[in-house]
Amino acid sequence: MSEITKLTLVELTKKIKSKELSALEAANAYVSRIKKSKKLNTFVTETLDQALVSAKNIDDNNLKSGVLAGAPIAVKDLFCTKNVQTTASSKILKNFIPPYESTVTSKLWDSGAILLGKLNCDEFAMGSSNETSAYGNVINPYQESGENLVPGGSSGGCSSAVSANLTSSTVGTDTGGSIRQPASFTGIVGLKPTYGRCSRWGIVAFASSLDQAGPMTKDVSDSALMLDVISGYDEKDSTSANIEKGDFLNSLNKNIKGLKVGIPKEYIVDNMPKEIQTLWDKGIEWMKESGAIIKNISLPNTKYALPTYYIVAPAEASSNLSRYDGVKYGFRAPGKDLIEMYENTRAEGFGNEVKRRIMIGTYVLSSGYYDAYYLKAQQVRRLIKNDFDLAFKEVDTILTPTTPSSAFKIGDKTNDPISMYLNDVFTVPVNLAGLPAISIPAGFDDSGLPLGLQLIGKSFDEQTILNSAYALEEKISFKSKVIDWWI
Amino acid sequence: MDKKFDYFLEGKTGKWEVVIGLEVHAQITSNAKLFSSSSTKFGSNPNSQVSFVDAAMPGMLPVINKYCVEQAVKTGLGLKATINNFSKFDRKNYFYADLPQGYQISQFKFPIVGEGQIILDMPYGTKIAGIERLHLEQDAGKSLHDQDPSNSFVDLNRSGIALMEIVGKPDLRSPDEVAQYVKKLRSIMRYLNTCDGNMDEGSLRADVNVSVRKVGSSDLGTRCEIKNVNSIKFMQQAIEYEAKRQIEIIEEGGTIDQQTRLFDTKKIETRSMRSKEDAHDYRYFPDPDLLPLVLEQSFVDKIKNSLPEMPDEKKIRLMNDFDLSSYDASIVVSDRDISEYYEEVAKDSDYKLAANWMIVELFGVLNKEGKEIKDSPVSAKNLSKLINLIKNNTISGKIAKIVFEEMVKNNEDPEKIVNEKGMKQQSDPEELKKIIDTILKNNEDKVEQYKAGKDKLFGFFVGEVMKNTQGKGNPKLINDILKQQLK
Repeated sequence: MSEITKLTLVELTKKIKSKELSALEAANAYVSRIKKSKKLNTFVTETLDQALVSAKNIDDNNLKSGVLAGAPIAVKDLFCTKNVQTTASSKILKNFIPPYESTVTSKLWDSGAILLGKLNCDEFAMGSSNETSAYGNVINPYQESGENLVPGGSSGGCSSAVSANLTSSTVGTDTGGSIRQPASFTGIVGLKPTYGRCSRWGIVAFASSLDQAGPMTKDVSDSALMLDVISGYDEKDSTSANIEKGDFLNSLNKNIKGLKVGIPKEYIVDNMPKEIQTLWDKGIEWMKESGAIIKNISLPNTKYALPTYYIVAPAEASSNLSRYDGVKYGFRAPGKDLIEMYENTRAEGFGNEVKRRIMIGTYVLSSGYYDAYYLKAQQVRRLIKNDFDLAFKEVDTILTPTTPSSAFKIGDKTNDPISMYLNDVFTVPVNLAGLPAISIPAGFDDSGLPLGLQLIGKSFDEQTILNSAYALEEKISFKSKVIDWWI
Repeated sequence: MDKKFDYFLEGKTGKWEVVIGLEVHAQITSNAKLFSSSSTKFGSNPNSQVSFVDAAMPGMLPVINKYCVEQAVKTGLGLKATINNFSKFDRKNYFYADLPQGYQISQFKFPIVGEGQIILDMPYGTKIAGIERLHLEQDAGKSLHDQDPSNSFVDLNRSGIALMEIVGKPDLRSPDEVAQYVKKLRSIMRYLNTCDGNMDEGSLRADVNVSVRKVGSSDLGTRCEIKNVNSIKFMQQAIEYEAKRQIEIIEEGGTIDQQTRLFDTKKIETRSMRSKEDAHDYRYFPDPDLLPLVLEQSFVDKIKNSLPEMPDEKKIRLMNDFDLSSYDASIVVSDRDISEYYEEVAKDSDYKLAANWMIVELFGVLNKEGKEIKDSPVSAKNLSKLINLIKNNTISGKIAKIVFEEMVKNNEDPEKIVNEKGMKQQSDPEELKKIIDTILKNNEDKVEQYKAGKDKLFGFFVGEVMKNTQGKGNPKLINDILKQQLK
């Protein structure tokens, strides 16, 4: 049974299509493994019985035309799923059952995938360790000398679930690194597509100008397949791009001879562990061996990315989260009048990190501070984008580490938000510029913890970074070291 | 002009001038809301016209309704205003139970329409009132506080309906000018079919800004804003009250606090709602869910070319081509329904007579019965026929009035009334001459006196002829023949 859950999404769907494996067998394999893996706390909501019914229906009626037919998939609890509780890992949305399905997840089910349940994440996707979830922190399947580690965040339930083989693949969301950083912490592939590539309709919003859904998978081919399924223009999202859809899996190609790869000097940061630099150097060597041309580049405004992000994202979040007021749906704490009801509801309904960001966002948008913070941040954001535009005149892709460290222990950084925010230093600039980027597992540190490398691409050129990642993947030949210690 | 502007308020220290500027909120005539496809029908069951977007469900996104954009552009063109090919939507953040998103989508820095003007016909001449801007925004829902002793209810049918906020310059100087301004604005929008102007249903309401200054001063005083006044009469009452209140404070050595005030329609007074210090900080920022609104010039030109004849142009045409007086022309163009009725009457009869008959006779009846022109008891077609009967001497003006009274009763065809009741004018000169000769013969004494210089007796002879013809004698012929015979 456990061999089934180790299959990649491409392998699994092939076997189900050829009837080498029934959809029900696949679903059963995942269901029984999920049931044994409660310790990881990856799920907020499970839909296992329904998954088995759906799988049987696929077998009985031979519904195998969809590219994902019979693939059991759990999704981040930020995607609204029709008739299935959607919480954004917040108390304020406890028991909220959407009467609609997000565009991205509808595309999964339309392609024949089966919902296993909703995966834990940081509350409203605000966090880098999954410790801000109202439903408890997720545990990384990798341990350090028997101690539990964070799975990264905010898509920590996603990364842990893929790494621990509790889902065949998944979709997460990435606002400042929330797909790539957890992917790096758990030894899986995470792809943040170009802003506008996938519809945001039906995804609980964190920061609208940065949020983007993307695949988190066992390997590069799976990410290409998932991107084929979930991408595309959606007239219900005014910021989704009306451009031709890619054919990512079929176009996947290891040949990167002559590809120009940029190495930005600004990504060498203080106190970065030697192992990360070593891995980065290795990545450069691997790229060279594959025939790529390495170029040193400069992205001079990189140092402003993190402060810019922590103005823009909270500003948008403070407004996006105003709708959670206890009036219409979700959690309500009574009060003697409307104002008191608001105060009680939001005080009890939101966790500390969310409150912190709402306050920062409210502050930077308030009159008298708007120009100094929000407006300035938008101007700097433009400069950061210009850096990339300039760089991409010289190179086809940019190679960097995904994170400045490997997974850390639970509780290590919870009292130090700044050091927590520093986790996103390599991923945040990409969101600010709206670019696509992929993190692939590239090796282990001295403690045996996975580390990722990030490839950043030109706008809407996911194919180039997928191809580069595909080539790297072969060189790296990463092998999971997950040992099922929790079973 | 025979009249001069004379609205000055007498204070203890001298004469004061009132300065008024209006912010009119006009509901756009559209079947669907500004960012959702919900119906905008008035008077439906509470919460029966609410989409997921209108209720601000998690993950829902606004998509601009193109028709509402067209309507705003059309209105802008009707106000002879600059159309901004680039505009932006901003979020205006505040909490209220009937504002589901926790923010209103509006246009703050970059409105869709810039400066324009409205021409007012005042007894003392033509006045041009400036328009500062016109922008698009969403309406809020409605809170119902009188349905339950301990709870307030919320109806979201209005939530998300498209409004135009039309900000006027502080160019108005009296309650009469305000009335003219609102009527003219309403008329323009009704000509364009961009707002039905129905103040009872809240389709048109205004925030009224009032300040006062000594006559001769050109500085603007501190203003107070009277919120949400929904009838012209209330606007006038509120202005009068507010101006006097301000004058009293200043004359007693006080200063005016910049305040937002409410108008109490029962007590006919304004009351403070909040002072400047308590003013909301709306934390405006560009809505990241929407792209900037970029209008192709061809889109604007197409609308421009489809504009109907506007009241000002129509008035000039009627004065030049049909010799209508400025007063008559103003009245028949004052409202779209009136002008359409007028055109229908006049096109097959006579423009001048049609104006007279509508203004004097028809409006007399409508006023008496409290009816609008669209409910007129006399159809335009029948009124047109009646005028033609006068024109071709079938009946006299005097008889026409009797026929008209009949028509009011059941909208009968005037030709039928004239025929059935034998009201045709006696226009046979031979017949009339016979009658006149008989009358002169029977009144020889009076003929003598007339010939001796008693001119007044001419009226007596006319009266006798009319009596003899039951009022149907052609007055002009009677005059001519009498004069002839009395020589």
